[in-house]
Order: sequence, then C-alpha cells, then structure tokens
Amino acid sequence: MAQANITNISSPVGESKPRIDAREKVTGAAIYTDDLQFGNALLYARIKRSPHPHALIKKIDVTKAQVLPGVKAVVTGEDFPGYIGLYLQDRFIFCRDRVRYVGDPVAGVAAISEEIAQNALDLIEVEYEVLEPVLDPEFGASPEAPALHPDLGQYVVAGFIFPEAGTNISNHFKLRKGDVDGAWEKCAAVIERSYRIPHIQHVPLEPHIAISRVDEKGEVTLWTSSQSPFAQRNLIAQSLGLSQSDMRVISPVVGGGFGGKAGVSMEALAVAIAMKVKGHPVKLRLTREEEFYTAFVRQGLVAHFKMGCDETGRLLAMENRFYWDGGAYTEYGVNIARAAGYSCTGPYEVPNVKGDSYCVYTNHPVGGPMRGFGMPEMHAGLEQCMDELALQIGMDAVDFRKLNCLKTDSILATGGRIHPIGLVECIEKVSEAIEWGKKAPPSAPNKRRGKGLAAMWKAPAMPPNAGSSAWVELAEDGKVNVGIGGQDLGQGSFTISAQMAAATLGVPYEWVRVAAPVDTRYSPYEWQTVASRLTWSMGNAIVNAARDVRRQVLDLVSEAWEETPDGLDIVNGVVISYKSEKETPLKNLVIYGLPKPDGSGWRGGPIIGRGNFMPNDVTGLDAETGQGEHGVVHYTTGAQAVELEVDLDTGQIEIIKGVAAFDVGKAINPEMVKAQMEGGLVQGLSSALFEQLQLKDGFVQNPSLVDYRIATSTDIPREMKSIIVEVPQDDGPWGARGIGEHSMVPTLPAIANAIYDAIGIRFDGPPFTAEKVYLAMLDAGTFGK
Amino acid sequence: MAFHKITITINDELEQVVVPSNMTLMRMLRETQALTGTKNGCSAGECGACTVLMNGEPVNSCMILAVECDGGVITTVEGLAHDRQLDPIQEAIIEAGGVQCGFCTPGILISSRALLNRNPNPSDEDIREALVGNLCRCTGYMRIVEAVKKAAGMKIVAAPIPMPSD
Repeated sequence: MAQANITNISSPVGESKPRIDAREKVTGAAIYTDDLQFGNALLYARIKRSPHPHALIKKIDVTKAQVLPGVKAVVTGEDFPGYIGLYLQDRFIFCRDRVRYVGDPVAGVAAISEEIAQNALDLIEVEYEVLEPVLDPEFGASPEAPALHPDLGQYVVAGFIFPEAGTNISNHFKLRKGDVDGAWEKCAAVIERSYRIPHIQHVPLEPHIAISRVDEKGEVTLWTSSQSPFAQRNLIAQSLGLSQSDMRVISPVVGGGFGGKAGVSMEALAVAIAMKVKGHPVKLRLTREEEFYTAFVRQGLVAHFKMGCDETGRLLAMENRFYWDGGAYTEYGVNIARAAGYSCTGPYEVPNVKGDSYCVYTNHPVGGPMRGFGMPEMHAGLEQCMDELALQIGMDAVDFRKLNCLKTDSILATGGRIHPIGLVECIEKVSEAIEWGKKAPPSAPNKRRGKGLAAMWKAPAMPPNAGSSAWVELAEDGKVNVGIGGQDLGQGSFTISAQMAAATLGVPYEWVRVAAPVDTRYSPYEWQTVASRLTWSMGNAIVNAARDVRRQVLDLVSEAWEETPDGLDIVNGVVISYKSEKETPLKNLVIYGLPKPDGSGWRGGPIIGRGNFMPNDVTGLDAETGQGEHGVVHYTTGAQAVELEVDLDTGQIEIIKGVAAFDVGKAINPEMVKAQMEGGLVQGLSSALFEQLQLKDGFVQNPSLVDYRIATSTDIPREMKSIIVEVPQDDGPWGARGIGEHSMVPTLPAIANAIYDAIGIRFDGPPFTAEKVYLAMLDAGTFGK
Repeated sequence: MAFHKITITINDELEQVVVPSNMTLMRMLRETQALTGTKNGCSAGECGACTVLMNGEPVNSCMILAVECDGGVITTVEGLAHDRQLDPIQEAIIEAGGVQCGFCTPGILISSRALLNRNPNPSDEDIREALVGNLCRCTGYMRIVEAVKKAAGMKIVAAPIPMPSD
C-alpha cells in the first residue's frame, strides 16, 4: 500500500481548502467577460431608453441614426415581436407599443465605436403620449389604479403563479391556516406595525455585460457575466424563435451577482441587435449609471404585520399583508412574492395565520431577485415585531424567540413538518457571543450603546423540478476534470465542487479541476445559480457523477484482479484491494483500460461519469390556502446579533460587533462558509444604514456610487464572529444545505432592534442614516435624557 | 482627434504607445497593452477597481489620461508578482480568504501595496483608511484587512516597485 498511503487520508470535505481560482484572481489573469478579445469585427451597442415612467409609443423614426457614419444597425421592437419572461412572459425585448419605466429599452444601435453608438441614440426620434404613472404598490393593487398590463390575462405564466387579469396584481399568494379572526381575543398582547422597505441595487463591482454573435447558419453565441447561462439560452431562444440548441451561452468569470445577473435582464438586447449584423460580435456594457436603474433592482416592499401571543408568550396568530413594488415587469418578482407569502410567519410556529403577498406592477425599475429573495425585506419588519411583542408581554426577546421558533418536527404554516434544524442553537450561540443582557458602557458621554438580535429562515425559492447535472472525467495522469453548469460568483462553488468530487472519488483535492468557463455547449445543464441551491443540488449531482466513475473503476479492476468490487477502494488516487493488498494508480487504467487476466484482450475504456439531481418530492401549494405537504425542499435557519453605538451629536451609527450563527447542515469548506456570513452581514449592514434608490416620479435620483453609498472598509464592525451550526440535511451532500443568501437576512432587523435598545426609537423603514436618526432623536427629545 | 506618442514604463517594461488625447490610462492598459487585470467598475473614479500605481502612488486609472503618464512609471496588478513569485500581499489575501468574485481584488492589492510601501506596519485603522476608496461587495472587508496585516510581516521577495528617479 505504498502508493496509496492509506494511513494518511483526510477527506477534502470539511476542510478549508484554498480557493481553486485564487491565483488567477490575485494576478489579474482571471478573464471576465469584458476582458475577452474579439478583434476588429467587434461592434459596440448602446440603448435608446424611455425618458418617461409610463407612455404610449406613437412613432419611432430611426432614419437619421441609420445614416450616421459608423452605424451598422438600428433595431426597434418592430423587429422582435416575441414575449420574454421567466415565470410570467410579460415583456418584449424592445418596447413595442408602450414604455413602463424610465430606462425601458426602445431602440438599439450597433456601431464601430461606443461613442458613435451613443451619438446615434440622440438621432433616434420617439414620439410619446405620456400616461399617468403608478408609483405605489398599494395603490397599484387597488381597483382605482390604471392597469399597466392590459394583456395580463393572456400572458404565458407558470402554474404556481396567480396573476389577476384586469389589475396590476401579477401574483397573489394566499396563506390560510386555522382561525385568525377568532384568535385575537385569546391574545394577551397584540401589535400591528407597517414598514416601507425601499428599493436597493445589487451593486456588483462588475457591471452587466453581454457580447453576442450570430453566425451565417443563424447559430447564436452569447458571452455574458451570468448566474443563469442555461435559463438565458432557454428564454432568449424562445423569445427570438430560435431552437435552444442553436443558442450557446458562455459565461466567463463573474464579478459579483447577488441575484442581479440571474435570469434575463439586458442580455437579450445584445442578442437581438447581433441578429441584424451577422458575423459581427456586438458588445453591450451597461454604464454604472444604467446599472442603477435598468438592471434588476431589489423591489420595494410595503408590509403590514399584525401578531399576537398569549400570556405565556406563545404566538397565537399572525395576519400579514405584503405589497411588493415589482416594477414595470416581473422576471422574478412574482416568485419573490410567493416565497415571502409561504414564509410569512418567519421561523416560528404559529397556529393561526392569514398571509397575503401581492406582486404589483408599477412604473418603477424592474424588480428582480437579490440576495435573500424577499427574506431580508420581510424579516426587516417581522423581526422588529417579535422584539416589540416580547417587550409588550414582558419577556426577554431571546427567550421569546426560543419559545416560539421552529424546532425539529415543528408544524409549518403551510402544513407538513420541518426537517431537523438547529435554530435554537443558532439563537443561543449568537446571544452568548454578543453577551446578551450585559450592557457595556458607551465609549463616550455623547454616545448610547445598544444590542439587538434577529432570527431568520429561508428556503430555496425555485420551481419544484429545478435540476442539476455534472460529469467527471480523468486524464492520462489520473487527475480529474469536473464539468458543472453552475457558476462561481465569488461564493466559491467551483472550490467546493472540487472538494466534493475529490472526496467521493478518493483523490487529493489538488488533483481536481473544474471545467470553466461555463459553456452551455459543453457544460452539463444547471437550472440557475440562484436560491443558494448549488452546494445542495449541484453538489448531489457531482457526488452522483463521481460515484459513477468510482463504480466503473472498481468494476473494471475487480474483473482484472478477479476480486469482488466491495473489497476494493480508491485512496489518494490509487485503487487498492483490502483483501489481496494489490494496488494500481488510477492513471494506469482510466484511459486505456486494463488487460484481461487471460491475456485475450483489454477491458474498459476512457472513463467518464455522469450524475444528475432533481428534487422529486416537492408538492404544490393550494392556490386558495397555500397548504401543501412539502412546498419547498428545505429551510436554512440562523440568527445574528449586533452591538452598536449611536452618536447623539450626529445621529451616526457605528456597528461595534456583529455575530452570526447559521445551521448549514455541513460546512463543506468552513472558512468559505464563514466568509459568506461576513460578507452577508456587511451587505445587510449596508442596506440598513446607507442604501436606498431615491425614486422621485419614477426617476432614480442617485444612480452613482457617490450618491448611492455602499459600505466601505471603514464602515464594517470592529469585530465579527461567525459560528457554524451543523444539523445535517437528510438529502444534502454530507448533510449540507445553502448559506450564500441567508447571511444578509437578519442583519437589518438586528440593527433596528439594537438602535431601539440604544435610544428607544423605531423607524418605519431603512436606511437608518445619520440624518434620519438625528432628526428622530430631535423629535423624540432624546437629548438631555 | 489628436494622437500622441508617449513613453511609459509599465510593469518594468519601457513602452512607446500612441494614444488619442481622450484615452484614459485605464483604457490604454486594457485596450492597447492587454493588461486586463485592471478592472473597469464605474469609469468615474468611484469604485477603485481600476487602481494602479503611478510613480508609486495609487490612482484611479479611469480618471487619468494616458498622455498625462508620459515619462511615468505604472504598476498594475500584473506587475506585482515577479518570476511567478507572488507579492506577499497576494499570498496573504489568498491565505486569509479575502478573495471572492475577484473584480475588486486588483485594485485592493494595488492600494494595499501602496500602503505597505509607505507604512510597513499599519494599524487596523490605517488599513481601513487606505482601502476606503476600493469598494468590495462580496467579502465584508474583514479578511482583506487581515491579509494586509499578515503581508506587513512578510518579506518582499520581488523587486521593489521602481520610482521614476531610480
């Protein structure tokens, strides 16, 4: 057993291996989409956009733009009549008859330089008939509002989305459990609160970019920074009347996504323009300004909560109404409303529930998925209510949560029971780490100190049959290549893919490469890199593919050695027999096979393993009650707590300490799990303290990184602590479930609760800017207390 | 459009480049030198992804015209490592787990190298201050700050960044 060295085996799973792509990224060698070289044939595209939040298009005249020297093509909605949309096909690639938000694409230009393309936009004349915009989701949902999509009833829609024709409601999710109306009188304490959560932007450091080329056969290639190469292939092909197999999407290294690069946002524009200039690659790159109002935004939310508990603090009833400002179109918004609807109780057991979650068309920027998929917005209010209700009934906020939160086998508001979870442990761990109940003195006389905590839950929100696949092959040296269609957005999915393949196969982590970039022509299918589902779903596919290789190898060797496969193993890249103590390295057999024992020929051949995974037990949720036995695959739960100081002279908030604990089932790479917790906490902090798209009459007032501030290195807590809790997921690889999005869900309410602890003031919505806090303290007479 | 011939040292190599008057240093590096490690995050001097060293000082290369660099010395992320030997800050950021999507990383590394050149033993506060112009949306900065501290204790094996006077 000399080569196998079986005395020195450690599984690569559960170890904090270094990132597989780190060296390229620190040397500038990593190739992002804008770094690809296309030579002289490259054309540059710019988009003519609507200057009105709502208007009818009366006439578009492109003749002057067409004759500008250097312009190669001008396209409008006339050229592309197909609808497009993920869950609800409600938009055209270019507007045809009506514009619905400031920035809606009206025409596109391809030219030999970006400057010429930009100049050509000014020569396109569009005549509009301006209409009254809808700018508030609650009003938008009312019968008084003008219907922004008169054809809503005719749109193609997924079976679990329920638009209401003739209104602006693109989805209404209803949750009904028990008897809410009868429960209120049994409550010893009841509170009712409303919150407005503003629109925010994902702000990936890399702006959206797409380059497309159509060849002479009509086959289309799209290079783009993408979370969803396969979904883009499907949706864009469908809209343009192409066959999916004639459309190829290649996605190089992605410079951050956070949901903003999921589905189709601007990519179809580049493809549509490229169809008019065959042979030329056409590059469309959003400016940072366009990024703020034409890429998906995190949609706004108006949330109304009513909840009550008995005298022991046990929650008896909740009645929650959410109005999502889905914007002009709804790529994901309808499903965000659905996810918030079935999750509207938060991670608590509540016997009587009435939940209504509406996705509403408005003339605001298009709402899309952002890290947390509705959960940060919903928990922002919910977790403040929990604190207020605890206070009202005279209980400690931590005890109140521990009493009411979901434990293994708790009954869900949608019916069915929850799988094993470690939420209580998460709450206990963060309250311990933040030294809950101990009040430290402020650092200066003009400061007030406070602590706050919040819990969370989130399920992957996706169709019931979202699938993953993977392949595993080996080279002459016995080293491994793993093919996946999921993307690494920075969260580290390539690294853990290699870890999982190595562990399953029995080879060192360093032997495994991931076949990147993701290319729909060569990579195996993956639904999308969203929903924090890759570790779990794609992980299962990788394990299955690696097991397939393992089985082929062991079958081959057992035949050659005339032994049974169950006495064989692969250890450190060497096939060994525990029985005969024979061994042979993988490189001896994975390409060329092995000779038959009797010398009459050879067995085997190049080995390639395949695996896939799709959940097969997700049930629907009833359209009228939201009830269903197994509506989602699983929930990740967790908690965060913060300690902060408020400056009484300026209103400025400093987060001193942030702690997090999440039940990830199993940390495949513990340091990367912790890195997700830290990054999420700071993104949550940023959304709590700084971020808001300032919308006025449908216009974004602050589309720059100066006017829209995100957290910098000087804003982060002095101390952060991340705690991993591991209660295994029965169908997860090694028990793992997702963590990417969850880490920003409880941050905002934890901060809001800490602000209340410090100065006794609550706000109806973020951001808790110094100005807002200062003025509120002035109103409340906080000074001099 | 007027064109200019400039002489410029980029990552230890003396180059002569013809650039239009309105071409930024960032575009010159990315489009004429194939140095695409310098990233374009905003083209407005707001995000720091395009930070390079110009005569030893960190600058947003999207806010500098290439013609202004005539006779100057530029170091980009591609110039940090020498003979495949990574700069300590590159080693340290890998070790600390301070890289996620990597788009801000080149600018972060350059700003960090500039800090360590002028202050070999920075405090946490110094590091956070030095990186305030480099936005990162993934990491939460903590591991980046750790990496700079770690790198401060490591020896530079690579040649020191040359200055115009050298």
